[in-house]
Amino acid sequence: MYLLRWLGVAVPALLGFAWSGTALAGATLDGVKSRGVVTCAANTGLAGFGMPDQQGDYKGLDADTCRAVAAAVFGDAKKVKFVPTTTQQRFTVLQSGEADILTRNTTWTALRDTEQGLNFAPVTYYDGQGFMVAKKTGIKGAKELDGATICVQPGTTTELNLADYFRTNHMTFKPLVVEKLAEVENAFFSGRCDAYTTDRSGLAATRAGKASNPDDYVILPEIISKEPLAPAVRHGDDEWFDIVKWTIYAMIGAEEKGITSASVDEALKSDDPDVKRMLGVTPGIGKALHLDEKWAYNVIKQVGNYGEVFERNVGSKTPLKLERGINALWTNGGLMYAMPFR
Amino acid sequence: MTVPSARRRGSAWLNDERTRAFLFQALIFGAVIAVLTYLGHDATVNLRQQGISFGFGFLEHEAGFEISPALIPYTPAGSYTYAMLVGLLNTLMVAAIGVVFATAIGLLVGLLRLSGNWLIGRLALGYVELMRNTPLVLQLFVWWNVLRISAPGPRAAWQVIPGVFVSNRGVALPVPAYDPGFRWVLMALVAGILAAMGLAYWARRRQERTGQPFPTAGVALALIVLPPAAVFVALGAPFHLDMPKLGAFNFRGGVTVTPEFAALVVGLVVYTAAFIGEIVRGGIQAVSRGQSEAALALGLKRRHVLRLVVLPQAVRTMIPPLTNEYLNLAKNSTLAVAIGFADYFSVTNTILNQTGHAIEAMTLVAAVYLSLSLSLSLLMNLYNRHVALVER
Repeated sequence: MYLLRWLGVAVPALLGFAWSGTALAGATLDGVKSRGVVTCAANTGLAGFGMPDQQGDYKGLDADTCRAVAAAVFGDAKKVKFVPTTTQQRFTVLQSGEADILTRNTTWTALRDTEQGLNFAPVTYYDGQGFMVAKKTGIKGAKELDGATICVQPGTTTELNLADYFRTNHMTFKPLVVEKLAEVENAFFSGRCDAYTTDRSGLAATRAGKASNPDDYVILPEIISKEPLAPAVRHGDDEWFDIVKWTIYAMIGAEEKGITSASVDEALKSDDPDVKRMLGVTPGIGKALHLDEKWAYNVIKQVGNYGEVFERNVGSKTPLKLERGINALWTNGGLMYAMPFR
Repeated sequence: MTVPSARRRGSAWLNDERTRAFLFQALIFGAVIAVLTYLGHDATVNLRQQGISFGFGFLEHEAGFEISPALIPYTPAGSYTYAMLVGLLNTLMVAAIGVVFATAIGLLVGLLRLSGNWLIGRLALGYVELMRNTPLVLQLFVWWNVLRISAPGPRAAWQVIPGVFVSNRGVALPVPAYDPGFRWVLMALVAGILAAMGLAYWARRRQERTGQPFPTAGVALALIVLPPAAVFVALGAPFHLDMPKLGAFNFRGGVTVTPEFAALVVGLVVYTAAFIGEIVRGGIQAVSRGQSEAALALGLKRRHVLRLVVLPQAVRTMIPPLTNEYLNLAKNSTLAVAIGFADYFSVTNTILNQTGHAIEAMTLVAAVYLSLSLSLSLLMNLYNRHVALVER
């Protein structure tokens, strides 16, 4: 009887890791092809990054990264499947092979990159952790939060940065740790917490998407951490890692070259040897990635360049109203930089 | 004693029912172990391939996250092991308080269900049906939202009686500030309890011998209350209240019962009490009517009939299903993770995620809840043996 109960916990965990054997050793691409879809671990619902719309279609920057990979692999950005995950489930879902990529606003850290067995593709959004408070509290800065109750999601770098920040500044706080994003947001907006902390993009998304009146809430100026948000894949499959990496470089590279989804057909006639190699007019890179030579063309045609994806999902014309800031191209003083296509 | 057939006919042992039963059990057990070993081996290999380290060494690392509420002093500089201990104490507190209150309310509900009053009986039935037929997690969310939304913010907190504040941060209560003299008071209390137990034993023996009843309850209460009170007064009544005061955000000082803790305990108690109520009703109805009729015929008062004749017999049938309910309550406390109370499961879940050691963390979760359940059922089984019908 008791053995059975224990098995109920242990067996799924073991099975998860045992089954993932099939997805290893260069086999992710084969698996994806045989299933006919790219499976992405997504957020349960974060506006601008990964949130299902009323038709159940995932929308957002992370969702578009997933679609771009599908476009590169299948030439069809619609061949995607999203697995909604909480902060606590996301790594297990990827490690057990249930998903092929983790596209869920995940911070790239040393331990995740090593001990947790993840490989991070290029950063798709450079973020930093901040605090949001109700305007009527009159709080102007994070240093005034001594003794506050703070809403936070578990299993995040946010939770650790929060404790570090208060320790460094010799302040105390009471955490309210709730797993589901919607419940954390409810707790904050109902006044259970004095402040809500997560990545500033997430704060903007929550304020735009969940507050009854977004103007009643302010995001404090302090940025207490670096949060480079990047897609991740499992250790041990370099072929798949390369595909995800270069899909993102293709989006950034296209913006560098001024190629958009509207002008990509035009660009096929370009004389620029860089553009020719990228779009597969001069073959080579596609074959090296074990993909069709049109892979980058399909990404740009169907999903767009990085700038388009940014503006469409989180840019100044969206409810999130985020500036490009450090997410601009390196040529504009930002950090977005594609490796050379040769 | 007959000579076992196996000795008489060499090959017949295979046809022996007991040998066969044992053989099948051994085969199935072996198969389960084989599958587990295979899966374990496979998982180890895969983990190594993915470069994920395996082992419990990470437990000594600094946790780095804050936990609130914590029963023992805790800072993010503590180790993962210590963080787990903080969570475990929270779980034990919920389970202990939950079991006591669920039993008390369950007993009441069970008695109300049997009430001759039509309205009271129906109300109790309605309560039982409502609680048993809706998901617990939903009930917890309802309690949590009710407690959180109905109360005002800390600055507009309701002061129920001086020093007790109700806000959406919880109920802030004053607690007596610690004084060195409390040790003597505590010792007097222990001495009083021992004396009361001795008295109860003596009174029972005397009643068995002479039939003379003794007002045990009143005298025992006096024995328990008076000595500590006398010591307390003799020490000059060193009593100060640690009053909650409104800080910049929350109440500081005193003790704060958070809405998450309250929602979890209330939710578990109210839910489990419905099941316990039915067990109590069933237990009482299982005692044959003749028993109470006979007791009444002997001239016992109604309350004595219930306490001395019916309940002791009902308890015998109630204990085993009651054990199940206690185990359920302890295990259901893991739903704390949904409403943001830092119980053992919630803390371990966080550790799992911060470190990525899924198999290790899940093994620890399984081990702790298994030990918790086994200890609980061991205690209940001991009690069961104590009250069970002694067959001679």
